[in-house]
Amino acid sequence: MDLKVNDYTTDDGLTVINVEGEIDVYTAPKLREKLIDLVNKGKFHLLVDMEKVEFLDSTGLGVLVGGLKRVRAHDGSLELVCTQERILKIFRITGLTKVFGIHDSIEEAEEKRKNSK
Amino acid sequence: MATVELSFSALPVHVRTARLIVTAVARRSGIAEALLDEVRLAVGEACSRAVEAHQEHCPAEPVRLEMTDDDGRFEVVVSDSVPGEDFAGPADPADAASWSAFASATSAAGEDSSMLGLAVIAGLADDVKITSTPKGVEIRMSWPI
Repeated sequence: MDLKVNDYTTDDGLTVINVEGEIDVYTAPKLREKLIDLVNKGKFHLLVDMEKVEFLDSTGLGVLVGGLKRVRAHDGSLELVCTQERILKIFRITGLTKVFGIHDSIEEAEEKRKNSK
Repeated sequence: MATVELSFSALPVHVRTARLIVTAVARRSGIAEALLDEVRLAVGEACSRAVEAHQEHCPAEPVRLEMTDDDGRFEVVVSDSVPGEDFAGPADPADAASWSAFASATSAAGEDSSMLGLAVIAGLADDVKITSTPKGVEIRMSWPI
């Protein structure tokens, strides 16, 4: 049961990370490595698409928080696309909905980014 | 239904196995469909916590789970073999948000998810008891059937 992590960067300089599968203590390191790799390559504006994530636990939350801290050190951003209630629930329980920008779609996130420039 | 016991090597790859088994047993016990996600997540957190503790202190020891349904409740007990220390926690252990704040305050790297894991368990299980003993830590979670 592997986690699939792919990324692409838009013309606008936003790097979208598509994640598919379950993020838990076993698979979270793969996402962590991807986030570290992207920051090392100078990608500081990240959007993690969680729409195909089937499970997320606190290890996954920790990886996302770690990624957020890394990009913020470079004045960057890490935001999420997530409309799945069962995934949003863990953000709500831990209060992390206040920490992460969470969007309904990639388009919405891109639009918001354009408008805030 | 009789008690179901599960014992697994303290490896991250087996936490998913434990989640799948607990979900199946919970469903069979009559836990409402809407609560199954919560059971899966809470038990997964407890197992992840136990696996990480074992990897640091006693990697050859298995993590143990016991599942029972009795008196209208489904209970899961996750036990590890890491001798308990004085278990520090936030002022209100029943409140998930206070665990999160505690986690943020005590975590240096920002990726320490062990306290976050306990915050999640506190927020999801209907009833939680964490017992820390010289033999190990026991996390007891239950939900109404």
